[in-house]
Amino acid sequence: MNQFADYNPIIMSIIKTNNLERFYTEGDVTVKALNGVSLNIEEGEFTAIVGPSGSGKTTLLNVIGGLDSPTNGAVEIANTEITNMKDNELIDFRLKNIGFVFQAYNLIPVLSALENTEFIMLLQNQPKEKRHARAIALLEEVGLKDQIYKKPNEMSGGQQQRVAVARALASKPKFVLADEPTANLDSKSTGDLLDIMLELNEKEKTTFIFSTHDQRVIDRAKRVITLEDGKIISDETK
Amino acid sequence: MIFKIAWRNIWRNKLRSLVVMIAIFLGVWSGIFINALSLGMTNQRTENFLSTSVGHIQIHHPDFLEENKLNFSIPNFDELNNNLLNINGANISNRIRISGMISSANGALGGNVLGITPEDEIKVSTIHNGIKEGEFLGEYKKNRVVIGAKLAHKLKVKINSKIIVTFQDQNNEIIASAFRVQGIYKTANTRFDEMNVFVYRQDLERILQSDQLIHESVLWMDDKTIVDSTITALANTYPNLKVRSWKDIAPDLAYTDDLMIQMLYIIMIIILGALAFGIVNTMLMAILERQRELGMLMAVGMNKLRLFMMVVVETIMLSLISGPAGLIISFFTVGYFKRNGMDFSAVGQGLEDVGYSTIVYFEMQPSFYWSTLVLVIITAILSSLYPAFKALKLNPVESIRGL
Repeated sequence: MNQFADYNPIIMSIIKTNNLERFYTEGDVTVKALNGVSLNIEEGEFTAIVGPSGSGKTTLLNVIGGLDSPTNGAVEIANTEITNMKDNELIDFRLKNIGFVFQAYNLIPVLSALENTEFIMLLQNQPKEKRHARAIALLEEVGLKDQIYKKPNEMSGGQQQRVAVARALASKPKFVLADEPTANLDSKSTGDLLDIMLELNEKEKTTFIFSTHDQRVIDRAKRVITLEDGKIISDETK
Repeated sequence: MIFKIAWRNIWRNKLRSLVVMIAIFLGVWSGIFINALSLGMTNQRTENFLSTSVGHIQIHHPDFLEENKLNFSIPNFDELNNNLLNINGANISNRIRISGMISSANGALGGNVLGITPEDEIKVSTIHNGIKEGEFLGEYKKNRVVIGAKLAHKLKVKINSKIIVTFQDQNNEIIASAFRVQGIYKTANTRFDEMNVFVYRQDLERILQSDQLIHESVLWMDDKTIVDSTITALANTYPNLKVRSWKDIAPDLAYTDDLMIQMLYIIMIIILGALAFGIVNTMLMAILERQRELGMLMAVGMNKLRLFMMVVVETIMLSLISGPAGLIISFFTVGYFKRNGMDFSAVGQGLEDVGYSTIVYFEMQPSFYWSTLVLVIITAILSSLYPAFKALKLNPVESIRGL
């Protein structure tokens, strides 16, 4: 049964969640990380999911990204319900549809910026020339043209996060999920990263959804969804 | 890219990887070193045994082996000898073999008296090469004897000393005959040296008044591979004679030879099995350290097969850097000791008592190097499985958060 049968958004959405619940049991206590979250995210949005620690931001991103399964409810990405997919199907789906940026950058330390960016395309079995050209173009776009042969440990945190953004975009995903992307960055690096993400969003209509409690990010987001105790308490579009 | 990542991952923790690589290197090297030493010792022991007097094939009257009496000589010896001479690559020595008492003024010991034709004997045995004092039998001099160093020592005889050989003749009459020591030999087998003396066959024929009294025909084949077929042919032609290979004469040596090949593999498998635990431990530590990275790889879309292969390839690379290095170095080490030998003089007496040489020349079959390489690869693959399965079980969300 299609769980979105009663859900009737006015505009075609890239991400739809319907009454998402995610409960964790710790001993005798059940924690409701997500408690009935329904939302629509359209193509080209630049959305911040905000809220205090433990409000369910990261859990929501994980469930939307197919890294975690909801206890109840469903997630539909570009008209495909991912909730009941098997592990291998989900991995393949993520590879083709979702870009990820992590708080701790999580680049492969033994690969250069160029190789890190190419890596996702390699997993997609793209030809060498094509992935090489796209990786260079993306690194140029995030302002790292001169750093492409540097390893992560030779780069600053801001530079590493920009490589992570380039990597996330390399596979031409339908959207990018970024979990606290600026948490480890200083204010200049945060500003630079936001500039790049906004530019990509505006020029190439790349959809960004990020969790954050960084006010600088919240200020520049076009839509801010606020979570508290696993529930959406506000959803503002600027 | 998986190969590139695997290769670079090996060098992320140089010390840890080097420790494992050195362990594999030493394991492979020491395994082959020990095996080559053991194989060299065993083969030399067999070779010593065969070349002292046994040869590859022996022919006797069937009852001679049971009762050891002079009467049981080889019947129709001339016909047999003519046929033996026609076998290509066969060196033949025909012996009169008598058991008796060998005595000097200082004592007496039981032993074997071998009546030989020296020019034939030197083609089937190396006794003449082991002469320490005097000389081997050659140009005929009446009643000369060559005795083992151990026997000479026990009887306290020197060159030109006289010894008395006492034995029963064909009519069970006791005969005693005096021989003068012409040479003292020493082989790698002190037991043999203590038990056997060599005299001219014609002396025994004269003493026994018979020139048809051959008890033992010994054949040394230039080509060892035709030993079995030659035995089969001789046994078919002479069903009334006992035709035996050295493996029948010394089944313990033949068994040791066969067992040795299996032992080489068993030793190497035990060594590599122990190393496998080291490899598994190293890879488990590597995976534990890289949880976050592996979680990220799963999150961004690396499928399980690729992740599994990445760990397997890294483990195989780790093993294959040092395994072949161990093989190459052991090849040269074995080559050196094959040419120069390893001197065990410090424990020489003990070794010689059981038939081993004091200088051991290493031996190793070339195929064993390849087999060891295959074993290293199999060890690497087996060692990679557990860490690789561990990696597959990681939860991407927990791994990325470093839980």
